[in-house]
Amino acid sequence: MSFRRFLAILRARNKEFWRDRAALSWNFIFPIMIIGGFAIAFSGDGPDLYKVGITNAEADQKLLFEETRYIQFIPVTDLEAAVTKVERHQLDMLVSPSTQQFWINETSPAGYMLERLLNGSDNGFKRQAVTGQGIRYVDWLISGILAMNLMFSALFGVGFVIVRYRKNGMLKRIKATPVTAFEFIAAQVVSRMWLLLSVSILVFILTDLVLDFRMYGSYLDLLIVFILGSICLISLGLLIAARLASEELAGGLLNAISWPMMFLSGVWFSLEGVNPWLVKLAQLLPLTHVIDGARAIMIDGAGLMDILPNLIALVVMSVIFLAIGAYTFRWE
Amino acid sequence: MPSFLQVDNLARHYQGVKAVDGVSFSIERGRCFGLLGPNGAGKTTTVEMLEGINEPTGGSILYQGEPLGPRFKDEAGIMFQTTALQDYITVRETLEMFQQMYPSTIPLSDLIESCSLAEFLDRDTRKLSGGQRQRLLLAIALVNDPEVIFLDEPTTGLDPQARRNFWELVQSIKKRGKTIVLTTHYMEEAYVLCDDIIIMDHGKIIAQGTPEELLAKHFGDVVVQLPKVDFPADCSQLEVLDNGDVVEILSNDVNDTIHQLMELNISLAGLRIRPRTLEDLFLALTGRELRV
Repeated sequence: MSFRRFLAILRARNKEFWRDRAALSWNFIFPIMIIGGFAIAFSGDGPDLYKVGITNAEADQKLLFEETRYIQFIPVTDLEAAVTKVERHQLDMLVSPSTQQFWINETSPAGYMLERLLNGSDNGFKRQAVTGQGIRYVDWLISGILAMNLMFSALFGVGFVIVRYRKNGMLKRIKATPVTAFEFIAAQVVSRMWLLLSVSILVFILTDLVLDFRMYGSYLDLLIVFILGSICLISLGLLIAARLASEELAGGLLNAISWPMMFLSGVWFSLEGVNPWLVKLAQLLPLTHVIDGARAIMIDGAGLMDILPNLIALVVMSVIFLAIGAYTFRWE
Repeated sequence: MPSFLQVDNLARHYQGVKAVDGVSFSIERGRCFGLLGPNGAGKTTTVEMLEGINEPTGGSILYQGEPLGPRFKDEAGIMFQTTALQDYITVRETLEMFQQMYPSTIPLSDLIESCSLAEFLDRDTRKLSGGQRQRLLLAIALVNDPEVIFLDEPTTGLDPQARRNFWELVQSIKKRGKTIVLTTHYMEEAYVLCDDIIIMDHGKIIAQGTPEELLAKHFGDVVVQLPKVDFPADCSQLEVLDNGDVVEILSNDVNDTIHQLMELNISLAGLRIRPRTLEDLFLALTGRELRV
């Protein structure tokens, strides 16, 4: 590994990106536009549909309350975690039929309405009031948007560019020099990674100034999640670009990977209550672990130990993607 | 003492297609070596194997007695037929980038002067003319002060002025004792620049030698040309070749040919006599049918 050759490629790639004003602007503007749009769209008290957590959902005896239309009943197993969600307005109410108790956040209008409905349907439930600052949709969304931007920029910014370099003969020209495949790939990864982190930090600061979203955890922990996420997603981009010489095929493949990942990894909505197979499938996607880790830090104040499984998943996937990508890489 | 580049029984087969089929030749230090052939003859595949870009399926290539390796990469300069450059960087930055890829390089100022890059040194590489771009690509190939320089159809698409300017650059490189491997479709270019030539067709070498040797070996005649309008269409006494606006008569005795023309009352006002060229040899060996 020659650090001089690595730096030569890195510098040239950075100059190319910073001087391409259109691409640069889009990388900054796109996530801000998305967050701004959703902040406006969901600036009210949230969707009309009420969300009620219910314990022992599989019990034979159903409550009359559970027959109420326009309420989504979500089975819960961890009572403590569910109460936290009521505190944060992620659940409008929590009901435990076995102990005849229900929990609502006294500051929640939805909770008030649901309490009236429950009392009209079933009697004898004991009221448990909780307090807590509500989590707005935008608070929940911000980590997903940052991660999604990371994904698109990593996959298309590395994968697509390498396919273009291969197609137009630039990789062939580099191959004719003493530069090794590892030096070239390392320069691409580092160039894109510091760019992704710079963009993410700037977007984070700008949107925080406008939306004042929740951030309960450590900024350093969040940075670590995004560094590991960047490496993992860039590695995935390299893997896809390892052999392709057609920009059309590369674009199709990148879209085929990025769009399902965007919907299954919880960028826009929580996967609670969806088909368990989809939840398992989502665990195989790197974006899921970036979003789960970042969201846990930002909303729940989690530390690195709390999200260790997500971090391990990102490291393992990075190693697998890089190993296969390096093995299958072709200059031409 | 081993040849500078020694090629033995070199082959490259693609799924049953013999792109290069057991060619052997040697290139001596300081010579300009030309590879000629029609489209699909195997010359680009051959030169890419010499450059270390394409892996042979058979045979061997020795550079100064050793297989191609890191030393060869350090000492070879390559100008591909088509090469994209990094977008949004200038000519100077491009040269600096390539300089940093090699352990030893020649000073930037020498490169700028020898390839006449000064007037567009700080221009974005996307905004260069065809000739300027070829000069930059040649400068990149020379950035490591190479022992051997590969030029793959370097003047394709250039106007005559830019082509002749490029030839002067190549001749100045030759004067510095560098070895050059050139592929070209322009026979005049090969004749002006090359000391040794091989002509390939269907993956094999069909002729090999210096340009003068090859012409002397294959031709003992000259070409007498007349405007087609001066030549009677029904003339059967002379064997002629139709070459567009002119007819050509291959003559072993010019006096005799002119005498015959005068006897036939054909006007000699537009008569021209030219010696045989590499293009004649090329067409004689590879045929006149169109290759794709």
